[in-house]
Amino acid sequence: MADTAAATGYKIVQKETLSDVTKLMVIEAPQVAKKAQAGQFIIIRIDERGERVPLTIADYDKSAGTITLILQEVGKSTMQLGAMNVGDTVASFAGPLGHPTEIKNYGTVVCVGGGVGIAPIYPIARSLKEAGNYVVSIIGARNKSLLFWEEKMKAVSDELHVCTDDGSHGRKCLVTDPLKELLESKRRDVAHIWAIGPAIMMKFVALATKPFNAPTTVSLNSIMIDGTGMCGGCRVPLTEGAQFVCVDGPEFDGHKVDWNSLMSRLQFYKPEEQAAVEAYKHKCNLDIAAEKGGA
Amino acid sequence: MAELTAKQRMEIPRNEMPAQDAKVRAGNYLEVALGYSEETARAEAERCLQCKKPKCVEGCPVGVRIPQFIKALREGDMAQAVAEMKIKNNLPAICGRVCPQENQCEGQCIVGKKGQPVAVGRLERFVGDYELQHRTCPLTKAAPTGKKVAVVGTGPAGLTCAVDIAREGHKVTMFESLHTPGGVLVYGIPEFRLPKGVVFGEIDYATQCLGIDIRTDYVIGRTLTLKDILEEYDAVFLGTGAGLPMFMRIPGINLNGVMSANEFLTRVNLMKGYMFPEYDTPVKIGKKVAVIGAGNVAMDSARCAYRLQAMQAKEGEKHEVHIVYRRSMEEVPARGEEVHHAEEEGVIFDLLTNPVEVIDDGKGNVKAMRCIRMELGEPDASGRRRPVEIKGSEFDMEVDTVIVALGTSPNPLVFVDADGLERTKHGTTVANLETGRTTKPKVWAGGDIVTGAATVISAMGAGKRAAADMHAFLSGNGTW
Ligand SMILES: Cc1cc2nc3c(=O)[nH]c(=O)nc-3n(C[C@H](O)[C@H](O)[C@H](O)COP(=O)(O)OP(=O)(O)OC[C@H]3O[C@@H](n4cnc5c(N)ncnc54)[C@H](O)[C@@H]3O)c2cc1C
Ligand code: FES
Repeated sequence: MADTAAATGYKIVQKETLSDVTKLMVIEAPQVAKKAQAGQFIIIRIDERGERVPLTIADYDKSAGTITLILQEVGKSTMQLGAMNVGDTVASFAGPLGHPTEIKNYGTVVCVGGGVGIAPIYPIARSLKEAGNYVVSIIGARNKSLLFWEEKMKAVSDELHVCTDDGSHGRKCLVTDPLKELLESKRRDVAHIWAIGPAIMMKFVALATKPFNAPTTVSLNSIMIDGTGMCGGCRVPLTEGAQFVCVDGPEFDGHKVDWNSLMSRLQFYKPEEQAAVEAYKHKCNLDIAAEKGGA
Repeated sequence: MAELTAKQRMEIPRNEMPAQDAKVRAGNYLEVALGYSEETARAEAERCLQCKKPKCVEGCPVGVRIPQFIKALREGDMAQAVAEMKIKNNLPAICGRVCPQENQCEGQCIVGKKGQPVAVGRLERFVGDYELQHRTCPLTKAAPTGKKVAVVGTGPAGLTCAVDIAREGHKVTMFESLHTPGGVLVYGIPEFRLPKGVVFGEIDYATQCLGIDIRTDYVIGRTLTLKDILEEYDAVFLGTGAGLPMFMRIPGINLNGVMSANEFLTRVNLMKGYMFPEYDTPVKIGKKVAVIGAGNVAMDSARCAYRLQAMQAKEGEKHEVHIVYRRSMEEVPARGEEVHHAEEEGVIFDLLTNPVEVIDDGKGNVKAMRCIRMELGEPDASGRRRPVEIKGSEFDMEVDTVIVALGTSPNPLVFVDADGLERTKHGTTVANLETGRTTKPKVWAGGDIVTGAATVISAMGAGKRAAADMHAFLSGNGTW
């Protein structure tokens, strides 16, 4: 099978550590970069035994043919990927998947990014800014060490609010606080809100904006397998019936999402995910022990 | 052996194919049917009457030269048997395993009118397997024509079209959205029925002989669109299948523990979930599973589920898999051998039963499935007797996993930026069944994308006919 990319894999060309558990990876995949737009995602598979992991596109460079990913090392695959280095390759890289964000001049928009969700909100904020919007960005994390890209976000926003749960950086508050204040103050006429982060955060953003009838788009991260509409494993119940996150989304109207069902579906494979992490850590320890023994 | 008379041939009993013991195989993923030995294959080949007007060939959607390959086989000329086979069928090791022979070649066999038909499928498999090992008959191609053809989808339709069109000297590139080629043969049909080594063997052999380029990780409609492809290629074949799962519209269908057969089979087969955590993708299966539907997909799901349970169960722990089907055994659409194997392995059939609701355990997981009993009424449009509900016969079936195998429709992604490509209201592509031509110039289509979920061999037939028409178009004056 002679395809160059598939035969030799996709190369990691840059790697940065953003926080203890957050890494940035730039991967060469020109065919994906060529089409990539804000709001879309890719499916990555590390090796022959790997699972297909969806990751949101945090940035792209069409001329260099690269895609930037931000990963939080919470599962076996993200840990394994985070341990890889520049020059290493991954077996598969498919995309860009899902519908892109609808970028246009809305007027004033709010971009909310929580935790690792700061990564995918960045290209959306940037594109909205380029389209002439007044961009208010709100980013938050549990603590200072989990925050990243504050400067980058500042550069593409007219206003930036930074929050941490514990007050170790920025304001001690939840991302919904500055959002509610803005909506209540009516100091600007907010035309649209985007929120990306943990499901619970997006749920509360949607609840906060609902009384104001402020259109709110969320980007869902349900469990996926193929990412192409083939399995329905990613389906999420909306008020008008279930939809597939990978092909109908990943963005949906936050006011229509059945959050409890989504969150329950996200939990379903937790025991297996934990087992995989433990097996992986055990194997890493054995490898280290073997190396020490050999030296 | 001296020439036998027709009467003598008809007296030879059909040769059984050895299989793994039902108890043993229900706990592993190894191939169930073990294939003929050379001796048995030649003995079976002796049963063929070499009819002047072979009915079996009429029953074959691609018209395999059945008497000719069987004759060569019984004379011990394997290279010739392979050559005869490959005139019409490039993937015999696959077809021999998965074709519904009882409705096709074997259903028409004259020997079968009085007794048991010649085991054409098993002989085909024998020839295919022989070729995978010995490679006596590499495919050859005509001088390069300078024309470029794109084939989208690497299932049986795409593969057959790619091989045939490449043999004419056109340069072929295949695009596949998944990380591996093969389509349903790889992600759907399980290892124990169709070993992936056989599928990849056939694909590698054909594509290497002919220099076909396969680009995996290319999702057409996203990575490239049909419009992009048409700018670069002289002709395109769409063989993207019918991969979009349908769910029933009943309450509880989105609970945890309800999944499509596609999800379940993809986790198990494509991602090798049965080897978790050695392989990364997990697959969760309960102690009591209901599979809704009774086609090949349902049988494969049930048999996979049963094996998974057996592999995960502790000593002495009970587990069950039920097929829940609203009609009776007579209407079961799956291949006969699969139904037989499923029953042997311990799958329970709940016939004339229809689910009406999936019940929540209060935490978002499946606790039970409410069903209603059915009876057969008047024949419907398909000629089958229509199942009707028996009023007041509802009952709850305690289950913790529900697998929905009620059919699929074409995945719409490929239709992005495809102006002029007409579709039916079922989502299938409109195409001429003889030529594969769609309503869009330079675009052909075939297989499940046109017919809806069908069979491997019908997809191959469509790929073949499209390749022939495409070649005529590319070497002619190019009128559509
Ligand atoms: C579980 C199961 C068991 C079956 N058992 C049997 C059996 O025993 N006997 C039998 O004859 N038939 C059986 N069938 C039916 C048979 O497998 C199908 O009819 C046949 O595979 C259809 O072939 P195809 O080439 O049209 O499509 P597929 O085999 O579906 O191949 C389509 C390919 O296109 C790819 N694709 C889809 N969209 C895109 C896109 N946008 N861009 C790029 N690539 C894309 C898909 O990933 C896939 O690889 C079974 C089907 C299933 C699901
Ligand atoms: S991930 Fe399979 S359909 Fe969305």
